[in-house]
Amino acid sequence: MRRLAREREATDGDTAMSIKSTEINPQRNATRPHEEDAWRSNPGMPLDLDWVESVAANTSAIERRVQTLTARRTVKKEWQAAWLLKAVSCIDLTTLSGDDTAERVRRLCAKARQPLKAELVNQLGIESLGLTVGAVCVYHVFVETAVEALKGSGIPVAAVSTGFPAGLSPLAERVAEIRRSVEAGAREIDIVIERGLALGGKWQALYDEIATFKQACGPGVHMKAILGTGDLMTLRNVGRASVVAMMAGADFIKTSTGKEAVNATLPVSLVMVRAIRKYFERTGVAVGFKPAGGIRTAKQALEWMFLMKDELGRPWLEPKLFRFGASGMLTDIERQLEHYATGRYAAAYRQPMA
Amino acid sequence: MSILERFETLEYGPAPEDPKEATAWLERHGRRFCHYIGGKWHEPAKGEQFETVDPSTGDALASVAQGSAEDVDAAVRAARAALGPWQALTPHARARYLYAMARQVQKHARRLAVLETMDNGKPIRESRDIDIPLVARHFYHHAGWAQLLPREFAGYAPCGVAGQIIPWNFPLLMLSWKIAPALAAGNTVVLKPAEHTPLTALAFAELCEEIGLPAGVVNVVTGDGRTGEALAAHEDVDKIAFTGSTEVGRAIRAATAGTGKKLSLELGGKSPFVVFDDADLDSAVEGMVDGIWFNQGQVCCAGSRLLVQEAVLETLTAKLRARMETLRLGPPLDKAIDMGAIAAAVQLERIQRLVARGVADGATCWQPSTALPERGWYYPPTLLTGVHPASVVAQEEIFGPVLTVTSFRTLHEAVELANNTAYGLAASVWSENINVALDVASRIKAGVVWVNGANQFDAASAFGGYRESGFGREGGREGMYEYLEPTWLHNAPALAASDVSSGGEWPDAKAGEPAIDWTVKQYIGGKQARPDSGYSFAVYASDGELLGEAPLGNRKDIRNAVEAAHKAEGWAKASQHNRAQVLYFLGENMARREAEMVAALGRVVGEEQARREVALGIERIFAYAAWADKFDGAVHSPAGRNVTLAMNEPLGVVGVICPTEAPLLGLLSTVLPLVAMGNCVVAVPSARYPLVSGHLYPLLDTSDVPGGVVNLVAGRTAELAKTLAEHDDVSAIWHFGDAAGCEAMKRASTGNLKQVFTHDGRQIDWFDPAQGEGEWYLRHATQVKNIWVPYGE
Repeated sequence: MRRLAREREATDGDTAMSIKSTEINPQRNATRPHEEDAWRSNPGMPLDLDWVESVAANTSAIERRVQTLTARRTVKKEWQAAWLLKAVSCIDLTTLSGDDTAERVRRLCAKARQPLKAELVNQLGIESLGLTVGAVCVYHVFVETAVEALKGSGIPVAAVSTGFPAGLSPLAERVAEIRRSVEAGAREIDIVIERGLALGGKWQALYDEIATFKQACGPGVHMKAILGTGDLMTLRNVGRASVVAMMAGADFIKTSTGKEAVNATLPVSLVMVRAIRKYFERTGVAVGFKPAGGIRTAKQALEWMFLMKDELGRPWLEPKLFRFGASGMLTDIERQLEHYATGRYAAAYRQPMA
Repeated sequence: MSILERFETLEYGPAPEDPKEATAWLERHGRRFCHYIGGKWHEPAKGEQFETVDPSTGDALASVAQGSAEDVDAAVRAARAALGPWQALTPHARARYLYAMARQVQKHARRLAVLETMDNGKPIRESRDIDIPLVARHFYHHAGWAQLLPREFAGYAPCGVAGQIIPWNFPLLMLSWKIAPALAAGNTVVLKPAEHTPLTALAFAELCEEIGLPAGVVNVVTGDGRTGEALAAHEDVDKIAFTGSTEVGRAIRAATAGTGKKLSLELGGKSPFVVFDDADLDSAVEGMVDGIWFNQGQVCCAGSRLLVQEAVLETLTAKLRARMETLRLGPPLDKAIDMGAIAAAVQLERIQRLVARGVADGATCWQPSTALPERGWYYPPTLLTGVHPASVVAQEEIFGPVLTVTSFRTLHEAVELANNTAYGLAASVWSENINVALDVASRIKAGVVWVNGANQFDAASAFGGYRESGFGREGGREGMYEYLEPTWLHNAPALAASDVSSGGEWPDAKAGEPAIDWTVKQYIGGKQARPDSGYSFAVYASDGELLGEAPLGNRKDIRNAVEAAHKAEGWAKASQHNRAQVLYFLGENMARREAEMVAALGRVVGEEQARREVALGIERIFAYAAWADKFDGAVHSPAGRNVTLAMNEPLGVVGVICPTEAPLLGLLSTVLPLVAMGNCVVAVPSARYPLVSGHLYPLLDTSDVPGGVVNLVAGRTAELAKTLAEHDDVSAIWHFGDAAGCEAMKRASTGNLKQVFTHDGRQIDWFDPAQGEGEWYLRHATQVKNIWVPYGE
């Protein structure tokens, strides 16, 4: 009965989901979404295997939904500009390459502080936004560099952790990795799950592992659980792994490391987003979503935002609950915004690179 | 408002499609149109015009011609004149024209989509992404049939001039469903678009001009119901194809009854949307969006009755309400809206009236907080919960964005509720369990069943209904047959008057010898039964000698026989091999009685014919035993992760009025294809020799034909035939008596719109297997159900 009451509550109001206004306050300066009070960590819940087993995901129906969803929605003119600016504020600007260096990370941080060139900011009349990206995402070794470079900006540093990207190093080392990154100043930890546990249906083991990671993150640090959806293969597996990760305390669920053969796709995202909705309906806790890998264009950014708005509602279009794991996408958004501002199609080389 | 404010609210904002090109097209025509007849724009004979209106604003878009009987006549004459030259073209040449139509539709896709949306009120997303691409697809598919016609439809000839009447919900798509197969099969057409939405048909006529289609092959006459009536009544039209309401369908059935016009009807629906507790509920909700909120619910196959398993009733309706809140309703030319305007003011009133009726009947009405635009004809998405089957809104087609909700407890109950309707157009079944989904799909009486989907269409997967949703199919091979008939039948002479009339005349009783002691009874439910009337009638040989007495059947015998036939419907589930085996056994047993049957039948038809009837009868039994496991359906591969299983399903209980010319062979030729396909039959043997029953039922008994599969009721043909044709629990009637009887059957069939299969009073040579046997009969003994099966995890 308690559950039903929540479901009813969830259907009231203008959007599919409504979160209490104390949680999402549109009046607050949305350009600084990283304040402590804006977050409400997911306390998790005991593993409910019945729920996990009952997850259904019909692939062909989901593919159809995704196809029509992106055809049912579009934004034009100043609406499009506003949506793209919001997309920028939700980017986890990321560098996760073998050839990363401290200097490369500093460059990225500079771009994070000033994602659009000043000229464009003026043309758009958005100086007051103080627009930044959502976070900067790096390997552990660059956490300190990034924290230093971002000092005073309010932009959190996210560290990929737990044997990224495969998640197969010894558990103790994975846990220690989290602690070291948190000590180094990371405020967000992107953990990877052991995909084999999900493929083998070892939900209890998966739950325990993720709960251990969450504990290692400690209070005030936000944990994003990367499901490696390309490795999970089926949408049902994705749905089940999403539920287990949330039960174990994940604050965000994230599609991919960017290193799998297939990364963020809309069907996979739809399944994860629906799992988030159900978790919210049952527990009242809003978990965030982060698609990562393969999202390169402004058009794609908007498609994912339509998905968030229509399936979850307006609150899930804030960086507290929505992030893009992307790097190249920012340049394309800058081009589209410049086109809006000038009426001329823009060139990538005229946008300052990271 | 500034970008900053938009940044906070993140609303969608307006995204209008530019109507400039479509408006320019209207202006080029001075916003005034006349008929397209014989390749020319043709002023209406009576000079009458009416306005077509944009339902999203109520503003007039253009003035169009009101077609009179004279205009229809001119169009039919043009089509008739064009018929010979059109048929003289090579199939390849016709294929080129159809291909050109497909290309032309694609080249002007956006203008057509915008025009459709302006005239009809449907969202531009739908006309752009669904209607127009399906139109092009339909012409491509039928360009293919035009090319393959002589090879794939050998032995078939086009009907001639086709009169086609289409509705306002998918104006151009319905046009393509009508025109493409007609032309591919070698017919010429006169098309009447719906009065509310004539514009895209006129734009299409212009495309026909542009591709140089020979004059008169396609004619478009605009107008209201009177124009359609004139077209359906025109005596020089060979085929009528109608899509629209069941009421008008009934009227057309009656109007064409005595004319020999071939008829296909695609009528209303009240399609069930069945959700089991193991379904992907979020996806099922989207299925309902596609099912009932597509085109504002103005879809004949809309999933308008949600049947949901009790365990998930609350959860599913909560999800539905949440989803309904996010449906965007607004100006149909906006690219980001989900629902546009209702096509006509009268339709809006109908929806309002029926919803009020539903609430009065005890349903709870829920609508989201969505504001309606101030101008135009809009109706919000609507959920009626607590709807019981007895409620009007559970039975009547609303044709609007209104979903009724009823719960069920078991699979069995779900099927019962799904089938508790006069209609049978389509159904959706949602379950993650393939056994459940396919079991239910096979048991629902509907021409299309979508498993875990809704409102999917493809030119190769035929569309059409069971029961009062009409008959005939559109699309695929089945659809082509609606515009073709066997060449031999096309050229067959009229049936000679028979020496025994089926119309009421009765042989005079002759004084003479006392009756021969051979008691022939009715054969009902596998048992010999005395006629309810308690009367018998005398049967005479050709030389006037008394042969014996046959039971005189009446209404009640027919009633009993139909009930017995329904009890035997397990026959449809018998394996094909089993049915074949039973039929072979029947052949074997008849061969053992050959001499006796020849001797008895010879007294009536002469020994020569009797010998042939019996010998060929045995052969015919073997032929249908052979067909029993060979007349299979097909598998289609439409776009997406789907296969469609086109199943040839039996019709159910079928009444057969047997031909007079060959009392034995004619009966076998008509009853056997039905039986081989799994139908149960109530047959009225020819009044010329009704004693044939007495020869056959011992054979049926000894051949393991289950009781009730074949029922034989002798008596006055016209009287028994009328009872059968009027019987609401009979799915089809086969009448091979005289022309007057054929007409009477068609008129009497309108109650449940049962299919009527006749030769329209033309002569069939039952002794020629090319005429008396084969696929033509088997196709009429079955109806195609397309089950859309998705795959992939």
